[in-house]
Amino acid sequence: MASRAYFDHNATTPVDERVFEAMLPYLREHYGNASSGHREGRLAHQAVEQAREQVAALVKAHPSQVIFTSGGTEANNLALKGVRVAGKSPSLAVSAVEHASVLVPARKMGARILDVGAEGNVERDSLDEALQAGCRLVSAMLVNNETGTIERIAELAQQARASGALFHTDAVQAAGKIDLDMPALGVDLLSLSAHKIYGPKGVGALVTDKAVTLVPQLEGGGHEKGRRSGSLNVAAIVGFGQAAELAVTEMASRNAQQQTLREQFEHELSASVEGVVIHARTAERVANTSFASVPGLDGEALLMALDDSGFAVSSGSACDSKSTEPSHVLMAMGVEESVARGAIRISLGCDNTREQVGQLVQAIKTHSERLGSLASGW
Amino acid sequence: MAYSDKVIDHYENPRNVGSLDKDSENVGTGMVGAPACGDVMRLQIQVNDAGIIEDAKFKTYGCGSAIASSSLLTEWVRGKTLDEAAEIKNTEIAEELALPPVKIHCSVLAEDAIKAAITDYKSKHGEAEEEQAKSA
Amino acid sequence: MKTPIYMDYSATTPVDPRVAEVMCKYLSYDDGLYGNPASRSHEFGWKTEAAVDEARKNVAALVNADAKEIVWTSGATESDNLAIKGVAHFYQKKGKHIITCKTEHKAVLDTCRQLEREGFEVTYLDPEPSGLVDHKKLEAAMRDDTILVSIMHVNNEIGVIQDISAIGEMCRERKIMFHVDAAQSAGKVPIDLKEMKVDLMSFSAHKIYGPKGIGALYVRRKPRARIEAQMHGGGHERGMRSGTLPTHQIVGMGEAFRIAKEEMATENERVRVLRDRLWNGITDMEEVYLNGDMEQRVPHNLNVSFNYVEGESLIMAIRDLAVSSGSACTSASLEPSYVLRALGRNDELAHSSIRFSIGRFTTEEEVDYAVKLLHDKIGKLRELSPLWEMYKDGIDLNSIQWAAH
Repeated sequence: MASRAYFDHNATTPVDERVFEAMLPYLREHYGNASSGHREGRLAHQAVEQAREQVAALVKAHPSQVIFTSGGTEANNLALKGVRVAGKSPSLAVSAVEHASVLVPARKMGARILDVGAEGNVERDSLDEALQAGCRLVSAMLVNNETGTIERIAELAQQARASGALFHTDAVQAAGKIDLDMPALGVDLLSLSAHKIYGPKGVGALVTDKAVTLVPQLEGGGHEKGRRSGSLNVAAIVGFGQAAELAVTEMASRNAQQQTLREQFEHELSASVEGVVIHARTAERVANTSFASVPGLDGEALLMALDDSGFAVSSGSACDSKSTEPSHVLMAMGVEESVARGAIRISLGCDNTREQVGQLVQAIKTHSERLGSLASGW
Repeated sequence: MAYSDKVIDHYENPRNVGSLDKDSENVGTGMVGAPACGDVMRLQIQVNDAGIIEDAKFKTYGCGSAIASSSLLTEWVRGKTLDEAAEIKNTEIAEELALPPVKIHCSVLAEDAIKAAITDYKSKHGEAEEEQAKSA
Repeated sequence: MKTPIYMDYSATTPVDPRVAEVMCKYLSYDDGLYGNPASRSHEFGWKTEAAVDEARKNVAALVNADAKEIVWTSGATESDNLAIKGVAHFYQKKGKHIITCKTEHKAVLDTCRQLEREGFEVTYLDPEPSGLVDHKKLEAAMRDDTILVSIMHVNNEIGVIQDISAIGEMCRERKIMFHVDAAQSAGKVPIDLKEMKVDLMSFSAHKIYGPKGIGALYVRRKPRARIEAQMHGGGHERGMRSGTLPTHQIVGMGEAFRIAKEEMATENERVRVLRDRLWNGITDMEEVYLNGDMEQRVPHNLNVSFNYVEGESLIMAIRDLAVSSGSACTSASLEPSYVLRALGRNDELAHSSIRFSIGRFTTEEEVDYAVKLLHDKIGKLRELSPLWEMYKDGIDLNSIQWAAH
């Protein structure tokens, strides 16, 4: 695939070769059902438990706190719908820039939506109001999938705790990019996904404090200590464990590499395309993400042109990309619609090079000049 | 279910399987458990004139842990007095066989079985009433 | 011949090598097939989306459905949850009564229990001793406020096949939604959803040589079955089930279903010969009972009670055979099989049951080995069993006062 360059690692990552190797035996010879009592079953069970330890280590939690799910969406749904306080589903508040798998169920549940500032961080006052109004479960994402902004979760969680509220954080985009320390964050529930950290699609986890009462959203068989039923996806879970371990051991080197590439991208892009806006540029961001707008340009048209030239980038969340609405994250941050519509996200990964980044900037320059001239009718 | 090596050893090579004549004066029989619960244990002891258990036999319908618990018990009670045998606690059996928590009931059943066998033997010798009178 | 011998195909199957090969293409970096199928802005996404569509067609083809009627899930458990809760929540204004059977998989039963807590009323039908549902009893249970009937096609423990076509007619006449858990039947029993009046059907990949962690729910379009989504997010699967599609698993399921369609007829005959060989090999022992109807049964399953031998100790004795004493989901518990209890089997027989489930990779040599092993070990365990001794002495076990504990 040398001819194509992939800059959409926040949508999904390729599976790391070592992860793939770890999974293979569980697709082929070790095929037991992890719930079965015989040797094949026990072998699968042991593999799952090892992965549970690896995933727990990623967030400095205890393995018993890890509930495997079918992915980040299920983990977020389970957290929001499953938590009980005094036997009831607590009143809920979520930030305006959450992923759809939090926002959509939250809206259905009548949640309060918390305001964010210009860089996408939750406004403390808004959270205060929500807590005073009786919200007892707060959900805010640790790293935003579109802008890469890192939220001050520890502070928010402390604020929530002071009012007796539980706190959930969607850490899907944070894993492997920043240090994850669940006790230090002070959150009660945390969501993870494997396919954002070079693991396979179709597996994720909800990590939860034992003190939290959680009612299952999938019933039948009582797997995962009754918290999530369904035969365990052994091969994918093993892959998740391996990916989690690599995310810990290789985070520093990945970050260093991607930080350099992003600086190159943002520097060269700003220098070569007039009027470029880099969103949340001054915010604390993860190293791999850059969300940029070429004002007055249709982002979708630019994406298609880039794809034709061999560059995979996106306008934001893959899950929302079927819609033609401008990014809800940028709108919540108060960005003008004309600017928001020109937004493209690049998310870097281990497989990107300086050369690719240079070519990408050149392509953006060429296409935006052409599209810009079409748009203004020259 | 993963079993300890000791459970597997007793299960593969059960000691003292068989029957003693339950109508004999010297034999005490204890049968505990129920088929509906998935385990039935029958333990028999043969007691000599000195009050020492000189032989013990068992048959068990149940899981590997139940079979191992009763097999181990027959080894332990041989050569003991009735009072010494009555002292055997289920926790000792569970510990020796490294039974997992879900199998502790097997050791409880074994303890019940030896107690029942002793009671049966004593009742044949008119001691049961005496015992009860003493403890009352 | 390698031991242990795997005879637990109803718990899960090995992934067919052909399936594994296809999956690997979507897991490895080299082929560039790692894009998120929901990514619409680049070729990486389009390629995986095309692969997902192809797999959808293959799954639909096995059951003669339209690809648009297939919704991906994380497995049959989720499919069952989605179908039952989805119908209940969508149609609750019409009525709050649901009918199912006591021998359903826990994914159906536990979901129904949850709905009872939400105020729905559930009728749990008793099956006949054969394991089959009596249609008259089902008809009698149907009411004006019945919104859903959920009956599994093939039972996971005893392998009996329900008459889905007939039950479908009964439901359609009364405008009651009909859900079928087909996790154990797809690829083993012909299914034609153009003919059968089934509204929702659950599938699993890992019971038919596909990977774990992927399943599907068939949702009929004409007449349209409506469900309320249970997992919310990016609106994947036309809003019925959100969450990133796991491409490698989906292509694995598609390939497994494609192979099943091609090979089902010949494979069933081969497996039936082996199953009958196993049964004929053990029926010469005393006090051996078959659980469930022999005729209305998939060829892969043999569920047998060896009276006076406790199931768990038997499983331990035949460690060279990987079998189960019930469904894998509940085998950590000490309870006897609830399915056998529902058939009216007494506790002893329920405690003495073993499920043999064989499949694509089972050989004649393995079956013969199993027969020999069973003869040896059953004999040994009966020597150990006080109940066997009493039976041989002519004592009626029911006449004894057991001290239940």
